[in-house]
Amino acid sequence: MTVLVIAEHDNAHLKGATLNTVAAAAQIAKFGGDDVHVLVAGSNCAAVAQAAAQIAGVSKVLVADAPQFADGLAENVAAQIVALAGGYSHILAPATPSGKNILPRVAAVLDVQQVSEIVAVESPDTFVRPIYAGNALATVQSSDAKKVITVRTTGFDAVAATGGSATIENVTAMADAGLSAFIGREVAKSERPELTAAKVIVSGGRGMGSGDNFKILEPLADKLGAAMGASRAAVDAGFVPNDWQVGQTGKIVAPQLYIAVGISGAIQHLAGMKDSKTIVAINKDPEAPIFSVADYGIVGDLFTIVPELVKELG
Amino acid sequence: MKILVPVKRVVDYNVKVRVKADQTGVETANVKMSMNPFDEIAVEEAVRLKEAGIATEIIAVSCGLLACQETLRTALAIGADRAILVETDADLQPLAVAKLLAAIAKKEAPGLVILGKQAIDDDANQTGQMLAALLNWPQATFASKVTVADGKAQVIREVDGGLETIKINLPAIITTDLRLNEPRYVTLPNIMKAKKKQLDNFKPADLGVDVTPRLKTLKVTEPPKRSAGIKVPDVATLVAKLRNEAKVI
Repeated sequence: MTVLVIAEHDNAHLKGATLNTVAAAAQIAKFGGDDVHVLVAGSNCAAVAQAAAQIAGVSKVLVADAPQFADGLAENVAAQIVALAGGYSHILAPATPSGKNILPRVAAVLDVQQVSEIVAVESPDTFVRPIYAGNALATVQSSDAKKVITVRTTGFDAVAATGGSATIENVTAMADAGLSAFIGREVAKSERPELTAAKVIVSGGRGMGSGDNFKILEPLADKLGAAMGASRAAVDAGFVPNDWQVGQTGKIVAPQLYIAVGISGAIQHLAGMKDSKTIVAINKDPEAPIFSVADYGIVGDLFTIVPELVKELG
Repeated sequence: MKILVPVKRVVDYNVKVRVKADQTGVETANVKMSMNPFDEIAVEEAVRLKEAGIATEIIAVSCGLLACQETLRTALAIGADRAILVETDADLQPLAVAKLLAAIAKKEAPGLVILGKQAIDDDANQTGQMLAALLNWPQATFASKVTVADGKAQVIREVDGGLETIKINLPAIITTDLRLNEPRYVTLPNIMKAKKKQLDNFKPADLGVDVTPRLKTLKVTEPPKRSAGIKVPDVATLVAKLRNEAKVI
């Protein structure tokens, strides 16, 4: 009953989400005293394999190194996972855009109903996952012989990146499926952290009044090393781009500190950020629903409070 | 080229969902239902491809209760040409839906299937990818731009920290992300027209698909409640609290 974790990487570096996923895998494996293996499917990815072999609690790293895995195309990577699936009781990937893209393809070929975005392991076949954007938690039991699972990384503390000494084994690479081709990548040129990975987020709402006014949040975000987000109202009003949206239909975030500026707190926004560790709300309306989830609220004009806050942070 | 657009009937995104007292699920009786927002974007994209002369016919499909007809009528009002309901009161899970859609796709032979990246009720984010796997077609998930030419689709995808572009052979599956487009408002004349459009009804058995659920929901509970904190009088107090009490800065 060995557990396989699909490593997330860019061929040079192992990504942190892998460590949270190994943590979930270890919880499943411990019921039967079983092993956790990691699959690194990439191209010229020896450094990633080496890093994966250091992860605490991993006993074997499988490496499929071939050009057709260079860019994580779902058709090719899924075929590789399916080829290896026979030896595993559980196949896990982080619930990142990459894991979400690839793993359901694996599940369908194996005729397995995937369990998405688990946040807790109850037993080898029973898991807890958020539904309705986290407004409810479902405990589900899988009747499939094999379990295919994506892991919400915020639900599991990362295992140590070092301390392990797994063996590394090369596996036969599956051929290019020839269905898709990678053209290019455009990484957002921002000094700021990614919204879903940020420890601090500064978000603005309709109360910002205009896209230009979002500039007053920048010094605050700079001071805190924060990502910048927005409510759906601010996005719909055209103040900021769509990919800034935090909420049920946008990004689900759970940073250490979330500062909501001029955000009233519509249900759809709260659904996307209420798992943040500490929430600060700045709003001129003392009755705004955002205050009902905020740890600390300040009632007042954001255009005076935000600069004051920047100054106070020194 | 035909485009197949699967749409799901879900609790409207503005509704505050309530967990049932007996922990069997969330309350859906007497709750406003709407088309899954990501699927609405999918219908809009298909209609734009038709308006651009690339698609010739748009077929909306929904799987579930008879009430899904309303969702299909909305798709028809946005601009789909006809609709198919796969009617069942079974608890449909993504693998079963993907199998039903695969059966429909084999009948209709579309060049593209466009659907939402996930539904806002079960948040599974599986159906499109599973459908692609069952048909052995390529997939482009989380699309923010779609260009179709020469039997291929070039798709810009939203990934962590940016965008990536892939090219996929047709037929293919595309799942929509928020930035792909802004769905149009449905006009009254179009709602009236939609009522006259063809809507066919199948049962899962007609398609030879076993929809037995694989996941058993043992319970559904409310997440730990977040209690309201305090209002602080000034910025200095806020910063002191964040430093010394919450220890987050």
